[in-house]
Amino acid sequence: MIRLAETAGKLPGVVVSREYKYACSDPGQDMIVQDVRKYGLNRVVVASCSPHLHELTFRKTVATAGQNPYLFHMVNIREHVSWVTEDPEAATAKAEALVKAAVLRAAFLRELEPRRFPVNPNVLVVGGGIAGIHTALTLANANKQVYLVEREPTIGGHMAQFDKTFPTLDCAACILTPKMTAVKQHPNIHLMTYCEVGEVSGFVGSFKVKVKKYPRYIDEDKCTGCGECIEACIFKEGKTPSEFDVGLSKRKPVYLSFPQAVPPIPVIDPEACIEFKSHKCPKSCVEACGDRAAIDFTQTTREVELEVGAVVVATGFKPFDARRLPQYGYGKHPNVYTSLEVERLVNASGPTLGQVVMRDGRKPESIGVLHCIGSRDENTNRYCSRVCCMYSLKLAHLLKEKTGAHIYNFYIDMRTPGKGFEEFYKRLLEEGISCIRGKVAEVSTWPQSPAEEGKLVLRVEDTLLGAVRRIPVDMVVLSVGLEPQADSGQTGRLFNLGCSSDGWFLERHPKLAPVDTFTDGVFLAGCCQGPKDIPDTVAQGGVAAAQSLALIDKGCVEIEPVTAFIDQEICSGCQICIAMCPYTAIQFDSEKSVAALNEALCKGCGTCVAACPSGAAQQNLFLDEQLFAEVQGVLV
Amino acid sequence: MAKPKVAFYWCSSCGGCEEAVVDLAEGILQVVEAVDIVFWPVALDFKRRDVEAMPDGAIDVCFINGAIRMSEQEAMANLLRRKSKLVIAYGSCAWMGGIPGLANLTSKKAIFDYVYHQAPTISNGSAVEPLPRTDVPEGELELPEFYEKVKTLDQSIEVDYYLPGCPPTPKITLEAVEAILKGALPEKGSVLAGDRALCHECKANASKPEKLLIKEFKRIQEVIPDLSKCLLAQGLLCLGPVTRGGCEARCLKAGMPCTGCFGPLEKVHDYGAKALSALASIVDSRDEAELARIFDAIPDPAGTFYRYSLPASLLGGRRQVTSDK
Ligand SMILES: Cc1cc2nc3c(=O)[nH]c(=O)nc-3n(C[C@H](O)[C@H](O)[C@H](O)COP(=O)(O)OP(=O)(O)OC[C@H]3O[C@@H](n4cnc5c(N)ncnc54)[C@H](O)[C@@H]3O)c2cc1C
Ligand code: SF4
Ligand code: SF4
Repeated sequence: MIRLAETAGKLPGVVVSREYKYACSDPGQDMIVQDVRKYGLNRVVVASCSPHLHELTFRKTVATAGQNPYLFHMVNIREHVSWVTEDPEAATAKAEALVKAAVLRAAFLRELEPRRFPVNPNVLVVGGGIAGIHTALTLANANKQVYLVEREPTIGGHMAQFDKTFPTLDCAACILTPKMTAVKQHPNIHLMTYCEVGEVSGFVGSFKVKVKKYPRYIDEDKCTGCGECIEACIFKEGKTPSEFDVGLSKRKPVYLSFPQAVPPIPVIDPEACIEFKSHKCPKSCVEACGDRAAIDFTQTTREVELEVGAVVVATGFKPFDARRLPQYGYGKHPNVYTSLEVERLVNASGPTLGQVVMRDGRKPESIGVLHCIGSRDENTNRYCSRVCCMYSLKLAHLLKEKTGAHIYNFYIDMRTPGKGFEEFYKRLLEEGISCIRGKVAEVSTWPQSPAEEGKLVLRVEDTLLGAVRRIPVDMVVLSVGLEPQADSGQTGRLFNLGCSSDGWFLERHPKLAPVDTFTDGVFLAGCCQGPKDIPDTVAQGGVAAAQSLALIDKGCVEIEPVTAFIDQEICSGCQICIAMCPYTAIQFDSEKSVAALNEALCKGCGTCVAACPSGAAQQNLFLDEQLFAEVQGVLV
Repeated sequence: MAKPKVAFYWCSSCGGCEEAVVDLAEGILQVVEAVDIVFWPVALDFKRRDVEAMPDGAIDVCFINGAIRMSEQEAMANLLRRKSKLVIAYGSCAWMGGIPGLANLTSKKAIFDYVYHQAPTISNGSAVEPLPRTDVPEGELELPEFYEKVKTLDQSIEVDYYLPGCPPTPKITLEAVEAILKGALPEKGSVLAGDRALCHECKANASKPEKLLIKEFKRIQEVIPDLSKCLLAQGLLCLGPVTRGGCEARCLKAGMPCTGCFGPLEKVHDYGAKALSALASIVDSRDEAELARIFDAIPDPAGTFYRYSLPASLLGGRRQVTSDK
């Protein structure tokens, strides 16, 4: 660092160069301000961490010192050097080259003014799980208009499927449904279920969003939610596996996901409905609906356009597909269940009304709960899904309560780091649950002793005992981990979000900006950012709402003036740029026979700059002379 | 007032630039009238020693055409620089290396191998190659050295102004002479031609479609172009958008797409790279195979895009001469 400062001091135009440990700290910034004033500096280069984090900080510092903030340039020697170059000598040489490049570039920096745009006070929340619900309510209570877009027919997300929630064991429905109803009744929330975001354009403060509204075949404005159509459907029994009950029950072609669904408006599934197949159904549903005439078989997908200033992405997770680990026999042995199925099974309003009856009709007398299915596993997901140990204990408790069965929990490590979690674990041990440390290798049905006859046999190395054991049980529960939504890549592209290597949306900073993203004005809440429990999800939803409010209440956003401009004195009117601009920001001025750029539409993608054969199209902060100077600094 | 003293010299060039001076037609008479030609080896019998005998700065304006290929050219350029107040790089070879500069796609060795050994018309029994110095019984012979690379004039000497063109047109030549006589020259280092790309003076520019996109490149022998419409839009590889205007769109009027002899505009650092990125931008396909097919219609990209400017480009030529063809 000292050497770096010394070599930098010898570069052309450099008046003062210093080494300072925390340049971004107050004293660090103050030092810059003092130097700028004392030496009358008109360019500042800082070589430190990522511009993503601190470019703005230092621009402000330079402004404080009375200079135009765009006369500043930052060298990222953290990501570009320290983190990627091991040999200290090579790293220092590289840092020197980058600093030289920056100093040469800085000479060509020009004074610029940020662009200011008003912020649209409306917010889009994508995903109506507990994260989205909490965010939407918080914002709506602050008097902001919220569009809550949920792709399922109802909001609620995974939480709506649970029976009780750890560690307090309060009933999920009892705490969730009031919030769902509040969403429905809130005058500031525009609930859009069975909808998906199709297109996003614009930028922080003024996003334009196109939402696809899928046909429910029931008019939301006319339907009163009486449910008579469901009763009247010519299918007396459901034939289609219920999505909500994870296939443990059947639903009709016209259905409500669950009794407390919000909105309480049924959906018609065209795949299952006879009318769609043959057009020969007597349509008893239509008859039942009567004068309300809410049923409309002609509905098609519609597109709704929204304008919002901020977006909160709260698209949640998907449970790990247990079929991917065939050694556990899910889908093969009927009495192997996933945890989500068990949530439904123990639920008093579930398919068995809370009776734990297995697929073969029996009641289990012994149950094995297998932690970490699809988590902490080199072959599937390496990360810990964070909630499975706790919900496995919760399910163990509920199963024991409902069946009196003997319960074994098989864990790799018992992870209970949360308020009241360890106490909950202790309580479970006292309840007589057997916790065995070991990862189950296999679930099989080959008896090797009379005791194993007709049982699911778990083969496991009990690492506390130091022995391989075979444990016969009636029922197996696979505690599946949490994975990013199957279409998270697409959602990410819509909103320009980065993903971690596991596929979770990337926050701007893991500690200091946990709900911000690299797209200004787009925030994250809940499990789409990574596995977490309900308390953390709700907390994050609150933060996302607060961040949105901070943005809106500021009233306007400043955008870096990275726009392109066309020098009409040079432009030949060749029109090559016009077809290139993805934002139709360039038009031909036929009077002057040159191209004219609309700065308000320009996003600074630089496409026209690369295409313009005259050098007439140039881009602020990326002027040719700046780039050439930079390249020269690195190479020469 | 004494007439300004003017010199003309040629380095590595085809002679077309000299021809262009003669081509001034009646214009030449005005020029001859107004100036005093003190050196013009191609037309008048002057010798090097005549120049050497002049005091430094004696020549008011020296027009040098051609690139620098050999030591003798560089020596003459240096001499003339010393003797001249203004040096003007006349024509694209002097400015950017021009056609001789395309030799930078290969090496001195490869050129010698071919020219002195492999060419079918060569019979070089003792395999001699020209050397800067050779001892013969009569004494030592000296030949100019053939450089490894072709240089532009300003890579050898300081140049005051540039006149582009292959060759420069009578109009820009006369205008330059006029500006010199009137003392109305622009900033030193300027290129004395148009300051916008050729499209701006092309009649067909107005005919461009709303979005200029190309699906196919055609070669000139394959089509009879509609001269009222933009040639590029018709698929002909016209470099007008990339090329400095000032030529009065002469080729275009004759149905010949611009090959770029007037070089890049002031803000462009590398003509060929700019041409390539501009044209690649308007090619309307995202399919790799289709793209390959479209670009296959340009048989010699380096020769097409760097026809006049290879030595002046950022790379200056081929960096590594590989053995394959
Ligand atoms: C079996 C199991 C038991 C659990 N038990 C507990 C517990 O007892 N206590 C606890 O604290 N935590 C528990 N958890 C964790 C809990 O599920 C999560 O913390 C919580 O559901 C996260 O909420 P969310 O809103 O982020 O995501 P989700 O609940 O997944 O909600 C996301 C919502 O977004 C919608 N969506 C997704 N993509 C789109 C899109 N592109 N457009 C529109 N909408 C979209 C989805 O349809 C869904 O409604 C458990 C998890 C599992 C798997
Ligand atoms: S940089 Fe050019 S191409 Fe890109 S948005 Fe701006 S005007 Fe359009
Ligand atoms: S590409 Fe450049 S020269 Fe051509 S019209 Fe656009 S700005 Fe003008």
